[in-house]
Amino acid sequence: MLEVRNIQTYYGNIQALKNVSLTINEGEIVTLIGANGAGKSTTLMSICGVTPPRHGEILFRGQPIHHLGAEKIVSLGICQVPEGRHIFPQMSVIENLEMGAYLRQDKAGIKQDIEYVFGRFPILEKRRNQAGGTLSGGEQQMLAISRALLARPSLLLLDEPSLGLAPLIIKHIFEIIKKINSESNTTVFLVEQNANQALKIAHRGYVMENGAITLEDRAENLLSNEDVKRAYLGM
Amino acid sequence: MDFQYLFELLCGGVVKGSIYALIALGYTMVYGIIQLINFAHGEIYMIGAFVAFIVAGVLTLTGYSGLGILPLAALIAVIYAAAYGYTLEKIAYRPLRNAPRLSPLISAIGASIFLMNYVQLVQTPDFLPFPELVPDFEFLGDLTQFMSSVDVVILAVTTVTMIALTVLIKYTRIGKAMRATQQDMVMARLVGVNVDRVISATFIIGSVLAAIGGVLIASRTGQINSAIGFMAGIKAFTAAVLGGIGNIPGAVLGGLVLGVAETFGAGYISSAYEDVFAFGLLVLILILRPAGLLGKAVKQKV
Repeated sequence: MLEVRNIQTYYGNIQALKNVSLTINEGEIVTLIGANGAGKSTTLMSICGVTPPRHGEILFRGQPIHHLGAEKIVSLGICQVPEGRHIFPQMSVIENLEMGAYLRQDKAGIKQDIEYVFGRFPILEKRRNQAGGTLSGGEQQMLAISRALLARPSLLLLDEPSLGLAPLIIKHIFEIIKKINSESNTTVFLVEQNANQALKIAHRGYVMENGAITLEDRAENLLSNEDVKRAYLGM
Repeated sequence: MDFQYLFELLCGGVVKGSIYALIALGYTMVYGIIQLINFAHGEIYMIGAFVAFIVAGVLTLTGYSGLGILPLAALIAVIYAAAYGYTLEKIAYRPLRNAPRLSPLISAIGASIFLMNYVQLVQTPDFLPFPELVPDFEFLGDLTQFMSSVDVVILAVTTVTMIALTVLIKYTRIGKAMRATQQDMVMARLVGVNVDRVISATFIIGSVLAAIGGVLIASRTGQINSAIGFMAGIKAFTAAVLGGIGNIPGAVLGGLVLGVAETFGAGYISSAYEDVFAFGLLVLILILRPAGLLGKAVKQKV
């Protein structure tokens, strides 16, 4: 579905990604784990066209997308929940959700999808008219994921959805991610520092170090890999 | 105490302030989205007044008369100003989008000087008499001791314009995109907002408001020249900062407070110090409330 081939991304003169290649197949949950500053978020931003790669190519369903603007890439069905959630702070919960559906025209479908995410996250319905910036961290994460779902993505990119959340909420969020993947057949690319949780729900995983992919395997193999255990699972 | 005089000053201040507010909105909207003080905004206002002047002159020469001249002149002024605002952003600011913050600021000052001198060169540096386009409204009756017909038109037009702007920002698709871009530009791009288009739209809307302000103020003062944009621009900028730069209701409040403060200062103390009151007030507010009247350091959970 998505094929990233040898991309190199720079911030000014600083190279953040050095020949990153990865493949995501339809229907999978693929996770990308690695330490702080390894280039995980940059990989997502490169796919989304916010920080386009200087070299290399990105193919989505066989078509090159690395020259397209961010808004064009969203319209193809690639949606990101960025790190730190990026809720529009002065917009209400409803307005945030509506922004997720910015490129859609089908009013009835949008309404139906809002009801759907409210069913999934009842707390959001309770807070529907509250400003996004006043929600708690967990609520904001639910809102961020819901907002991305409102775009009806075929490929959902999640950047550190567990960051700064309580263990119980993390568990809930990961369950939801798994459900999104299995029930609505949304392909998920999950970037996480919480490698243990991420590998438990993923099919395959990549390990990133210093802007390059160093390891790729099935998730269960990575979970039992000695190097991964020592470096990322704290065992 | 002379209440009639007080009320007269208050009306004058509100009329003046509402025009400051109209121009201040352009500053504050642009700042809200790209954190740039568009110093050429005052020149857009001046160009609006000039276009209206020319159109009104031509219409009068051709023997066209009646109430229709002002709306027609204003409409063409608005279209011209919108085109100028759009082009200004494309030429002077867009290439510097990712440059350090100081660069577009310098570019803004350059654009301002350029536009002022351009009009001076192709038109004239002299003051031109702006025609009286608003007829005397009979129905005002006794109210005329407080407000002229022009003032009434100004208040009506600014009120309608501001309501229209509020509706636009609150409910329309482009308005929502503008708010989203202002609050989080990266996220706006990630939900599919074309940020370039939003910025262009912001400049166009700001320029339209400035041109409306230009036409209104010119019909009130009765004269224009190529330098009027400078003072009006600085005053409106002051109003925007007074209310809290980037805050839309703040710009309106700031404009009104500034207008009223100026007229009161001029009316009760001395009109020679009008500008001193305006800028003195700014200094005072910046000392007591650095974020402006309605501006606040936004608290937000992360």
